[in-house]
Amino acid sequence: MKIAIASGKGGTGKTTVAVNLALVLASKELLTSYCDCDVEAPNGHIFLKPDIEYRHTVSIPAPKVNMDLCDGCRACSDICRFSAIVVLKGEVLTYPELCHGCGGCRMVCSPNAIEEVDRAIGTVIVGNTNQLLYVAGRLNIGEASAVPLIRKVKSELPENGFSIIDAPPGTSCPVIETMRGVDYVLLVTEPTPFGLNDLRLAVETVRKLDLPFSVIINRSDIGNDDVEMYCGVEGIEVIARIPYSREIAEAYSRGDMLINHIPNQIELYSVLSDRLLEHVSSRVAV
Amino acid sequence: MKVAISADGKNMESRVDTRFGRCGFFLIVDLDLDEFNVISNNSSANLSGGAGIQTAQSVIDSGVDSVITGHCGPKAFRALNAVDIKVFSCSDGTVKEAVENFKLHKLVQLQGSDVAGHWA
Repeated sequence: MKIAIASGKGGTGKTTVAVNLALVLASKELLTSYCDCDVEAPNGHIFLKPDIEYRHTVSIPAPKVNMDLCDGCRACSDICRFSAIVVLKGEVLTYPELCHGCGGCRMVCSPNAIEEVDRAIGTVIVGNTNQLLYVAGRLNIGEASAVPLIRKVKSELPENGFSIIDAPPGTSCPVIETMRGVDYVLLVTEPTPFGLNDLRLAVETVRKLDLPFSVIINRSDIGNDDVEMYCGVEGIEVIARIPYSREIAEAYSRGDMLINHIPNQIELYSVLSDRLLEHVSSRVAV
Repeated sequence: MKVAISADGKNMESRVDTRFGRCGFFLIVDLDLDEFNVISNNSSANLSGGAGIQTAQSVIDSGVDSVITGHCGPKAFRALNAVDIKVFSCSDGTVKEAVENFKLHKLVQLQGSDVAGHWA
């Protein structure tokens, strides 16, 4: 059972919800994994403090051109949507930092002048806390695409049990890759104009992917009612509301787990996890 | 000798566009014959990434020896440099003025990219 925690807007509380929800599920003696797919700025480890078991480098194939065989036909540069390979007056230039590793240039090269060499783009990190499995990715600085790394990170997750997957912010390719194949999505938002704007985009995305979802309104007592009204009109369930509290902000800034330090948060996440389990188990039964 | 000038329009009175990869047009001026033709840069300018590289490709295909533009990023500069095309900087004025200044050797030749790339 894979559940993605996404948002649209950054800083709404994805990681806070993800780590606390994961720990509550684990405390119910359910096999639980936490997966940090925000590989450009992973931060779940700050709260979960896992022991790292192993790390391995993730590479994607990048083209290497043998100029003795190249006939300058340009098929490679024509097929590349990212301008990662160009043919200029018989000279072939590659831009490895733009390469998405699809292998298209090698496939269309009729004189077989292109071979693929591995290029490291990031690291997969696997570890555990006392209670749950921890899986994360870390993208190398300067890399353009997180997608191949996210794919590898998700492949480390066990098939059984519950996986809480912390998504990157936004609605672009890394988020799509994170949500691909999950069973349920929780969208965390805040009741502000920015929160609503980005929630709309996130809802459009999740609907396009045809995934069941509901919304968590964080800092629910600030801002205005527009998010509530939007959810009402769209028929979207608000599965939890988390009021703003200075106590939460302080615990967060210390890197503490809310459910270990703030009594009413145990109750809140326990109710959330029960509701979530009802939703996903009924989905699975269907 | 032919030179490509990034421009916001299609004639010699158009302004020099200081963007290379995302300019609207290039005027390809033949200094020997004193004539020019226009290439549109629409297909490159609208790319989400790699615009500089694709633009360099079409400029190179047009057979010029030099480029006059405002700024040139690292990826485009590397492509132009690979086939020995010189890049000259021009911050303002019409295409006609740029060509005159170029003939008088008043434009500064870039020795490398002068702006950062958008990704790496």
